[in-house]
Parts: sequence; structure tokens; C-alpha cells
Amino acid sequence: MSGMTLSPRHDDAWLVIPLFNEATVIERVVRDAREVFPHVVCVDDASQDGSAELAEAAGAVVVRHPFNLGQGAALQTGMRYALEATDAAYLVTFDADGQHQVQDAEAMVCRAKEEDLAVVFGSRFLDDRTRPGWVKKIVLKAAVWLTNQQTGMRLTDAHNGLRVIRRDAASALDLRQNRMAHATEIVLQLGRTGLPWAEHPVHVLYTDYSRRKGQSLINSVNILVDTLLK
Amino acid sequence: MLDQPLIKIVLLVAIVVITLMLNRSTAGSRHQAVRRLLLVGFVLLAAAAVLFPRLLTQVAQALGVGRGADLLLYGLTVFFLGYVASSYRRMRQVEQQVTTLARELALRQAVHDRREHGDGPAG
Repeated sequence: MSGMTLSPRHDDAWLVIPLFNEATVIERVVRDAREVFPHVVCVDDASQDGSAELAEAAGAVVVRHPFNLGQGAALQTGMRYALEATDAAYLVTFDADGQHQVQDAEAMVCRAKEEDLAVVFGSRFLDDRTRPGWVKKIVLKAAVWLTNQQTGMRLTDAHNGLRVIRRDAASALDLRQNRMAHATEIVLQLGRTGLPWAEHPVHVLYTDYSRRKGQSLINSVNILVDTLLK
Repeated sequence: MLDQPLIKIVLLVAIVVITLMLNRSTAGSRHQAVRRLLLVGFVLLAAAAVLFPRLLTQVAQALGVGRGADLLLYGLTVFFLGYVASSYRRMRQVEQQVTTLARELALRQAVHDRREHGDGPAG
């Protein structure tokens, strides 16, 4: 960690970033994030474009899956790393494609500390900064409704990758959905801990890049089936 | 809708049972025993159908299906669904095991690398 300007406030939080073929943006994402969060672990899900080396060069710890397992599996691996190999008090799940704002993550960690919350979920629907297309909006809203039905929680956003999870809550997680259906599973398992949680408004930036890389709408069929058939 | 009611009920019940099987908890030895008994029953029925073709037709008619061949096709369809269900379950289990294995490997490697080279933020 030599030569880095540390922000001592967030020394106790680790960013957990599932990483799969994001060579174009990952170095910037990690560098930007480390301005605020010095500790970053990227779980490379067997990328074939050198993403892992770029993340490492940007100062992240990289855990490498031997072959592709899916984003849910990568998230679980990253949280296991932060829990077992570090003394992180807070884990921040963060997307690799640059659509999350570091300031949002920072505000969420501060809120978790101030209000003694175990979980802070990012929600893009609490204010009107985020502008998804209308088809995406319908699919996301349907996902929210389904997640709320299944988990008994009242969330305004379901498949948002930005979350702050305190160590005790993260320890209770055991994600078994390897692919994208983990987003519902994580809400379910965190809800079952009975620990205090809140939602926090975040801005999800839909760039051309993230739109191209992000979830295709047809894949929501897979997510739905994975969620229903456990 | 209301012709051949018996066979429809039998087939629908079978489909529901298979769907439930998809959501059942892990297969234990009891589950395995049931599966083997079913297989033995299946073999016996197949043999009986070969030896006494009339029997099949009689059973089919008792169930309200015209021909024995139709009954066979229905039975096969249900059996195939069951096969899909159980192999899906088993695949999920294997996938889970592979994931656990790969994760342990990845974590060990990462921890080892950091100890070896001593770079990166200390935990």
C-alpha cells in the first residue's frame, strides 16, 4: 500500500467486485474506487481479456476462479475472502462495469455506521436520477415485485449490485445461486438475519458500455426460472 | 375436456408429483430406494407388456384410453419428465460441489499469493 493516499475513514470497508471480461473499464473503476476505499477485492470469474491483471495493476486484490462460475458465485467468493482473510467491518458489493458511483457507496457506508445498520441496499428508484429505458424499467419493477413476494421484504429495487453489508450480516450469507438469480437470494438471506436494514438512493449510470455489457432482457427469463426452481 | 377423465387425472397427478420432486430437499437413501423400486416396477411392467400385449390394451381401456400403444406413449412422456426433473436436481448438486471446490481453490491461492509476495493491503 505504499504511495497511496489513504482515506482513513473507510479503512474498515472492503469493496467486493465480481469481475468478468471488463478490461476496458476495470482499471479505472478500481482506481476511482480506491481514492475512497483503499481495500478492493476483485473476484475474476475466469475472464479471457486480461481483466484480472488490470485490476491487480490498479491495486486490487484479485481472487481467481479457475473457470467461469457466474456472478453470484463470484460475489460469494469475494465475501468469503473479505471475511476470512481480512478484518473488514463492512463489505461493499460493487459492479465492475462502472455504473455505480463511489460517492453513493461512501454515503451508504457512512449511513450504515451512523444509523447502526447491518445492511444498506442501493436503490435506483428512490429518486429520479437513474433513467432506465421503459422496457428495462418494467422488467426491473416486475423483479422487485417478485422479490418482495418471495422474501417478505419491502424493497423498491431488487437487482441493484450496490450494497453495504456489515460483517455479521455477511457471515450469514451462503449464496447458492451461481448466476444472476443471487440478487433475490441475497435479499432473502439478509432479511432472514433479522438485522436492521435500509435502502439508500443511488444513481446507476447507464452508459453505452454498461448497456452493451449489462443484463439482456431475455436473460431475465433465466433469472426467473433459476429463482423459482431452487 | 371430459372424455377419458381417468387417464387425464392419472397423468396430471403424475406431472404434479414430478414438479414437486423438483423442489424437494436433498435426495437421501430413502429417496434412492424409492427410485430403485420404481425402476424395478417399470422393468416388470415393460416385461408384462411385451409378454401379454392384450393386458396393456385392457389396462388402457380400463383407464379410458383407446389403445395400449397410446397408454405406452403417455407413460413414456411422464417418465421422461421425471427423468428430466431428477437429472436437473442432480446437476444442480454437482454444480454446487464444483463451485465449492473452485472457491476453496481460488481463496487458498489468493491468500497464498499475498503471503508469498507480501504486497497488497494487509488484512
